[in-house]
Amino acid sequence: MEALSPLREGPDPNEAAMDVAGDLSKSMIKFYRRYPSITHRQHRSFSLQIHASLCRLMLTITMASEEQVKNSTAPAMFDTEAANCLMKELRSTFLAGKTKSYEWRSSQLKSLLKMLEDSDKQICDALFSDLSKPEMEAYIHEIAMIKSSCKLALKKLKDWMKPEKAKTNLGTFPSSAEIVPEPLGVVLIISAWNYPLLLSVDPVIGAIAAGNAVVLKPSELAPAMSSLLAKLLGKYLDNSAIKVVEGAVPETSALLEQKWDKIFYTGNGRVARVVMAAAAKNLTPVVLELGGKSPVLVDSNIDLTVTARRIVSGKWGCNNGQACVAPDYIITTKQYAPVLIDSLKHHLVKFFGEDPMNSPDMSKVGHSRHFARLKKLLDDDKISGKIIHGGQTDKSNLKIAPTIVLDAPEDSLIMSEEIFGPLLPIVTVEKIEDGVEFINSRPKPLAAYLFTNTKQLKEEFVSNISAGGVVINDVTLHLMVDTLPFGGVGESGTGAYHGKFSFDAFSHKKAVLYRGFFGDAPARYPPYTPGKLRLLKALLDGSLFGIIRALFGFS
Amino acid sequence: MLNDHLEADLKELREAFNSGKTKETSWRISQLNGLLRILEDRENDISMALKQDLGKHHVEAYRDEIGTVVKTVNNALVNLKQWMAAKKTRLPIAAFPSTASLVPEPLGVVLIISSWNFPIGLSLEPLIGALAAGNAVVLKPSELAPACSSLLAETIRDYLDNSAVKVIEGGSDKGERLLQYKFDKIFFTGSTRVGKVVMSSAAQHLTPVTLELGGKCPAVVGSFSSSRENNMAVKRIVWGKFGLCAGQACIAVDYILTEKKNLSNLVESLKRYIKQCYGDDPNGSHSISKIVNKKHFSRLKSLLDEPMVKSSVVYGGSLDEESLFIEPTILVDPPIHATIMTEEIFGPLLPVITLESIEDSINFIRARPNPLALYAFTENESLQKRLVSETSSGSIMFNDTILQYAVDTLPFGGVGGSGFGRYHGKYSFDNFSHEKVVMMRGFLVDFWFRYPPWTAQKLQLLKAGLRYDYLGVLLIALGLKSKA
Repeated sequence: MEALSPLREGPDPNEAAMDVAGDLSKSMIKFYRRYPSITHRQHRSFSLQIHASLCRLMLTITMASEEQVKNSTAPAMFDTEAANCLMKELRSTFLAGKTKSYEWRSSQLKSLLKMLEDSDKQICDALFSDLSKPEMEAYIHEIAMIKSSCKLALKKLKDWMKPEKAKTNLGTFPSSAEIVPEPLGVVLIISAWNYPLLLSVDPVIGAIAAGNAVVLKPSELAPAMSSLLAKLLGKYLDNSAIKVVEGAVPETSALLEQKWDKIFYTGNGRVARVVMAAAAKNLTPVVLELGGKSPVLVDSNIDLTVTARRIVSGKWGCNNGQACVAPDYIITTKQYAPVLIDSLKHHLVKFFGEDPMNSPDMSKVGHSRHFARLKKLLDDDKISGKIIHGGQTDKSNLKIAPTIVLDAPEDSLIMSEEIFGPLLPIVTVEKIEDGVEFINSRPKPLAAYLFTNTKQLKEEFVSNISAGGVVINDVTLHLMVDTLPFGGVGESGTGAYHGKFSFDAFSHKKAVLYRGFFGDAPARYPPYTPGKLRLLKALLDGSLFGIIRALFGFS
Repeated sequence: MLNDHLEADLKELREAFNSGKTKETSWRISQLNGLLRILEDRENDISMALKQDLGKHHVEAYRDEIGTVVKTVNNALVNLKQWMAAKKTRLPIAAFPSTASLVPEPLGVVLIISSWNFPIGLSLEPLIGALAAGNAVVLKPSELAPACSSLLAETIRDYLDNSAVKVIEGGSDKGERLLQYKFDKIFFTGSTRVGKVVMSSAAQHLTPVTLELGGKCPAVVGSFSSSRENNMAVKRIVWGKFGLCAGQACIAVDYILTEKKNLSNLVESLKRYIKQCYGDDPNGSHSISKIVNKKHFSRLKSLLDEPMVKSSVVYGGSLDEESLFIEPTILVDPPIHATIMTEEIFGPLLPVITLESIEDSINFIRARPNPLALYAFTENESLQKRLVSETSSGSIMFNDTILQYAVDTLPFGGVGGSGFGRYHGKYSFDNFSHEKVVMMRGFLVDFWFRYPPWTAQKLQLLKAGLRYDYLGVLLIALGLKSKA
């Protein structure tokens, strides 16, 4: 298992270099003390020598550590046997009770916070290397989000861990009852490449807060973040209880063979089915955070500027459409479509300039397989001639221009699968109310958005459309609010997290009922008689009069 | 074989749900009232069916099934409006000005598969939750309690809205066919083996499941200073074992853990109390249920037939295959590796395992899969605390048995091997609901710092906004502060 977190064993190159530098400066001071009459020239040559040797030293250390990474990741085949070992170790840590204590949980969360504070730069670099994510997006959508969720967990942890008192009814009187949250055990978190930090660390926070041992499997499609997470979590957190396993399909399959106490999966419906079927073999509960085609219904009586910029920023300003809650398509009336499109185009230019392919404020397409899929959606014959904005692609840089498609037919590729990229189809309907029906005729999305000022339409939308979340007059914002549960329904997934909901997702709520030895209804016990039946009926109905009648035998 | 209209039935249910009528409060109330009427009008028929399928006494039938369900329906009727109401939540400034609420909504068409041991209770208890939450429902009762199954089919057809609530009867082949279809939730009560099949099928459609399984529920019995307490503990154990469908209950006491020095006293009290309850001829007492069928009878018989098990029987042990009756039986220290101590017993056999110290019970329980319930008879608070924090089970009950099932304010459900998902009271409603997040915004205020192109000042503003730092946002926006 050592192979999983190689960097933990070796010296940190920066730290080692600092040590060496410290030692050198000490010996320099000694040197000057011994030779107070040293000339300027002597001093200079001596310093240069030291500087040169320091550089050589740092270079060797860095190369050595790189070498170490190469050596250790290459042969680390994570197979069934390795998974068995891993599980055994984590299970024994969990059974020892270590992860249950408040102290352990808060210390891990604190280290996590420190890790985020220390590694801002590395994280932004990794996100840039994997996704060309602008620093602002990296900060707001990933670092800030998990920092705040970590802080919230630290602040509320004691409250969350407290047993909840429950009222008891007359039938069990006198007794007291409480609901005690307890950790589930050893849990597996499989995350996705589009928000590779957020979607990995946010559930890890919930799992730690709830007192579980955790394995995180980051996505191999965001390799820089995957290895950064392995390195950072290995360095900052308790490795006997929290591990990162890097890898792709074979590694994930080896992990899924194990018996977990919960599997938390973020990704697509196809893999989710595999995950859930594997979980079924061990009766493991699952949380599935999937996606879906999240629609935006746009009415005509709205503030157009605000609407357009909210849509543009939610679609192209959140990892360039590669977000599970990103607007997937717009529905609006035939009449209003041209006005809306003009405004969308205007804001695209305002935000990303005339040449959006080279805008530093826009992420690239995640990886080449994904690029090919998006290209296929664009090349679909069914939408030829319907691209009214954008459409340019740059395979070598994995860039696709913000693209608007008008009136794509329902059976076109772009309207039948989740787009997850910078393409935005606009569907037009005769009446705005038809949009509700259109949305309802399709699988339940993770999010549904509506822009309107009509109260009646809002009500109809909220009561008739089933989705993970609904936002009226904005997009994606609900994801950022930790007092709201985040999760899907139907095809968009099961289970929810964020804030307290994350803690709950990784806890079992144990019912605990305390009784004494006084007060006992004889009706409970055999041999059974008609009088006992009467008493029971009264007890279960909770009618005090009936109980007195039954107890005293009046009838 | 296949002309049983399954497809048409499911289509009808889907249409009924899509029509939106099951979402109406009035519909939900009318269905719950319909259930109440079934329980009132047909109480006798229900008792007769339970007698026929399981030999349940009328009092037991009322206590564990009819009465408990009446209580649940009433509870749902009283609280329905409150459960259905949207919950408001607090928001950070970045989202200002907006409101957010959690709106519970029905999942759609749900499938409830229930089991034979409490064929009425375990069918109707989840059904109440599904109806209260506004779903269309298929109920598949167990074919192993045929009288109850057909009574449910008949009464639900007569008293409830048939276009949205259907009972589909049949055996495992029918169950398997049902599982091919897409439901929006599957609620299963039964065995671990079938639970796995149900969940694998559900995975094909990404259908969420609740699995109510069983497990070996231990009763830890400490020693008591007064004989009154001791007797009450024994009474409650005997009831929690033999008084519920002859031990054929998922939360029945499976075995006892006690100290060696306490053994003879405990066993004597158990014997005495069993005699008091069921007399010298328990088979003729009609106060104890029979074993459901031949298959289960021979399974239980084979538990006793294993080497060293029969010799550990200290009380009872007589079986009558004709009437499917097994006498309340006590075994002392049967081999730990015998099937009777590795699998859920689900019948009137009660092993007593002795330990050197009562504290050893914690390790004994931890070494086995998580039970659905753990019972502990002790007034030693430190032991109580240790049991709560060091063992894991669906529920824990101190100094009594079974009652946690009847408390509506407590969630009922397993953990690990005993299943997942919970129900009862409000938890049943939640089980069959999706809590939809609804955020409402206006167009009036819209912070410019939300939008690209990105600058350092926007970053600072957003940082402050996300931290709910109202003053910070103001200062940065006014240019009085540069760093959040």
